[in-house]
Amino acid sequence: MALRYLLKKEFLQVFRNKAMLPLIFVMPVVQLIILPLAANYEVKNIRIAVVDHDHSTISRRLIDKIPASGYFQLVDLPGSYEVALELLEREEADLILEIPRQFERKLYREGSNGVFLGINAINGVKAGLGGLYINRIIRSFNDEIRQEWTGTPVPLLQEVPQRYWFNPSMNYRFFIVPGILGALITMLGGFLAALNIVREKEAGTIEQINVSPISRLTFILGKLIPFWVLGILVFTLGFGAIAVLIYGIRPVGSILLLYGFVALYMVAVLGLGLLISTYCETQQQAMSIGFFCMMIFMLMSGLFTPVSSMPHWAQWISMASPLTWFIEVIRSIVLKGSGFGDLKFHFMVIFCFGVLLNGWAVLNYKKTA
Amino acid sequence: MHQIRAFILKEFKHVFRDRKTLLLLFGMPVVQIILFGFAITNEIKNSRIIVIDQARNIWSHRLIDKIDANIYFDVTGIKNDPREVVRAFRANTAVAALILSPEFGSPDKLPDRAPYQILTDASDPNAASLITDYLSAIIVSERTSEINTPPPLQIGTDVRMLYNPSLKGAYNFVPGVMALVLLLICVMMTSISIVREKELGTMEVLLVSPFKPVYVIIAKVIPYFVVSVINLVVILLLSVFMLDMPVKGNLLLLLAESALFITTALSLGLLISNITSSQQVAMLISLMGMMLPTILFSGFMFPIENMPWPLQLISNLVPSKWFYIIVRSIMIKGLGLLSIWKETLILLVMTLFFIGLSLKKFSVRLQ
Amino acid sequence: MNTENIIETRDLVKRFGDFTAVDHITFQVRRGEIFGFLGANGAGKSTAMRMLCGLSRPTSGAAVVGGYDVYSEAEKIKSIIGYMSQKFSLYEDLTIAENIEFYGGIYGLKRGEIKKAGSELIHRLGLEKEAGKQVSFLPLGWKQKLAFSVAIMHRPAIIFLDEPTGGVDPITRRQFWEMIYDVAESGTSVFVTTHYMDEAEYCNRVSIMVDGKIAALGSPEELKSDMHARDMDEVFYILARGAKRME
Repeated sequence: MALRYLLKKEFLQVFRNKAMLPLIFVMPVVQLIILPLAANYEVKNIRIAVVDHDHSTISRRLIDKIPASGYFQLVDLPGSYEVALELLEREEADLILEIPRQFERKLYREGSNGVFLGINAINGVKAGLGGLYINRIIRSFNDEIRQEWTGTPVPLLQEVPQRYWFNPSMNYRFFIVPGILGALITMLGGFLAALNIVREKEAGTIEQINVSPISRLTFILGKLIPFWVLGILVFTLGFGAIAVLIYGIRPVGSILLLYGFVALYMVAVLGLGLLISTYCETQQQAMSIGFFCMMIFMLMSGLFTPVSSMPHWAQWISMASPLTWFIEVIRSIVLKGSGFGDLKFHFMVIFCFGVLLNGWAVLNYKKTA
Repeated sequence: MHQIRAFILKEFKHVFRDRKTLLLLFGMPVVQIILFGFAITNEIKNSRIIVIDQARNIWSHRLIDKIDANIYFDVTGIKNDPREVVRAFRANTAVAALILSPEFGSPDKLPDRAPYQILTDASDPNAASLITDYLSAIIVSERTSEINTPPPLQIGTDVRMLYNPSLKGAYNFVPGVMALVLLLICVMMTSISIVREKELGTMEVLLVSPFKPVYVIIAKVIPYFVVSVINLVVILLLSVFMLDMPVKGNLLLLLAESALFITTALSLGLLISNITSSQQVAMLISLMGMMLPTILFSGFMFPIENMPWPLQLISNLVPSKWFYIIVRSIMIKGLGLLSIWKETLILLVMTLFFIGLSLKKFSVRLQ
Repeated sequence: MNTENIIETRDLVKRFGDFTAVDHITFQVRRGEIFGFLGANGAGKSTAMRMLCGLSRPTSGAAVVGGYDVYSEAEKIKSIIGYMSQKFSLYEDLTIAENIEFYGGIYGLKRGEIKKAGSELIHRLGLEKEAGKQVSFLPLGWKQKLAFSVAIMHRPAIIFLDEPTGGVDPITRRQFWEMIYDVAESGTSVFVTTHYMDEAEYCNRVSIMVDGKIAALGSPEELKSDMHARDMDEVFYILARGAKRME
């Protein structure tokens, strides 16, 4: 069949390209090794500056509790709020706690009081958490004081027991590595394939194919299959070598199922690349579109930030990205041991993407202009 | 001088005649800023949580309502059997679960052991711990408010969010996305501009022309510079008017710094263009090679200070990192040149380095 | 269709927007003849040829190639023609042998046939020693000769050549035309476009396109005597003088 010759030509060309070949394999691997190390989220060492106008035993006790909690780093004890604000501006502190004058006396005499919390909220997460933790410390301090001064027994409410499943070591890398791997093979499969076809268009070599009796389906398969193989190879390299060996990720679910999804996903992503190539005449155009799609995929597929936190309209967009589904699949299979039954819907969605994108591309591709 | 102008004009025509690419060059940043400004946040909102309610009394119902009403949570199911939890986690229909045992009731008389438990899917450990913290805070505050006899001696807290009163994610992400998008687009544009001529064979024509190499490079960069500046202005306008970003500092300073950053990015693209032999390779490097690292090392997605120190060193090489600091300082904190001279200098040095190296490579090939 | 003719067109038109590249051309190419399709750059030659190859769909008019209609049977046409363009012929990063194998394969030759035709081809061109080298190492003239040989390997009924001798030295050009003669003698029809007027003398019949129309059609002798011209250059000059379209 003519396809055999097409495939041989494509493979020969790819493996002879001395500049590209190492890049195709080395770049993803290097990124997979280094980048997950950069991803981290523990909000530890929230830097707090405390302005103590009271200077009483009570205020000092409260202040001592703060670094003792383990969440905070007491950066400074400025004399005024303005000085503390400057620290905030210079990014040397995340939080300001201001204890008003006569704090102890008022508490003793009037029975209630207030402190002021100023939180540097450029980083919303630090702000929210910082506030949470401080409130917790103040509350527990409150309970202590109450017990000492009025004899009312310390609460009342137990802390809520918590259990963390599937990732007891709370290793953030386990979460990130599958996501990055998915993103990398998306770039490889989709956009490299698109560029490859457009390259032939630009150079004019595609004419020789168009004038031959090869059907467009054969031509498209001839382009897709090599990149499909390449994508799966890179995935195996990334997963086997990096994820398992270097990061110690032991997949809980079925490897067969995982590879089944990878194979299916690659078809969908290649379809996207193919579709893009039918609309572009130059590599520059293909690259621009590829860049645009990839940015959306990277930032809105739940790779780093959760999809559920986005506004509803954005969640729809996120669902239009095949990567979103694929990342969820990899994470579910590898970390949670999800089975086909759990991921039935994902399978259908990715399958539909594959059919839609590839079908549209085949229809678009005209051998006769 | 005349010939230079003609040359620059030709480069302009190249860029502006390619309708499709032009559409992308102008449309992309716009769409991206809007999308990402509104959509991305690293906060945990609308987390799907199922409740295993074995108590089924007014207290449990009240608690569940309270949780559902909270913006952070979305109660997607109330079940009886704790085994539903694993199923939900595996099928990704819930990310956390609250189990209320049959003893859960009025907070005035408490059982010996806590009648509740929070289970989270810790695949995303960060989300898991945030969810747990928030959820337990809600439970504790709700239960406290239901106590019939509030205790004496309450210390109150008055919380004010500075810089970002409504905790909008945009404040953190928009400067980050700006730095990211501008860098990648500029690099992408120029990285293939020279390689393209090499591939098409028109480079020889340039090489035998009387132009000094530096002029060739400048001429190639100028149209993209213009496009980028237009993009920058549009992005700023969108950020300010649609995303409510402030410009507390000096606008002129911001524009000047942005122009510098654009130049840095363009020269990096040029360098890539000079050292690669085909457009495919150029794309591989500027797209695949730079996208993820830039996202991660700019500092807007993950705090740089938490990274292992070798990676912190690497992050210093990413121009976006410095620009991100500059933008935040000027726009959000209203600081002036005195506070950001270090970052500015670094960008300047990078630019000169990239251009210098490009020139060297370009001239070498003439031999 | 007259079985003497391998190509027949009637009032063939190709329009791009409001620009008419090919303006109602009518001609026939006889089986086994070498038909030269001449004209200045921009006259519409390549556009016309692309329509006949099934690469471009005509705007209006009729054309039948090898008995197949260009509108409804474009794909069938492709299996009986060979094609060689000046822009590209062979894959530079594949070896001579690999190119031969590829093209043989996609034109449906079986493994044995490819081997036989391939080794004959290589032998005829004297490229035995170079067969394992990448095409990029060949000088231009050899590339063109090789490309031609590969294009006829599957024994097509017609071979379309688009400016095949551009940029090649005179000796190689002559060798190339000898190859064309050989192939025409064995019954293959040759449809060649060129703007080298001396090559026109080598053809059985030529047509000259000016501004999208056929300004002259006939054997080189006929045209020269009709126009009282010494050679085809002069014929062309007389016709093209009035041309409005230049590239």
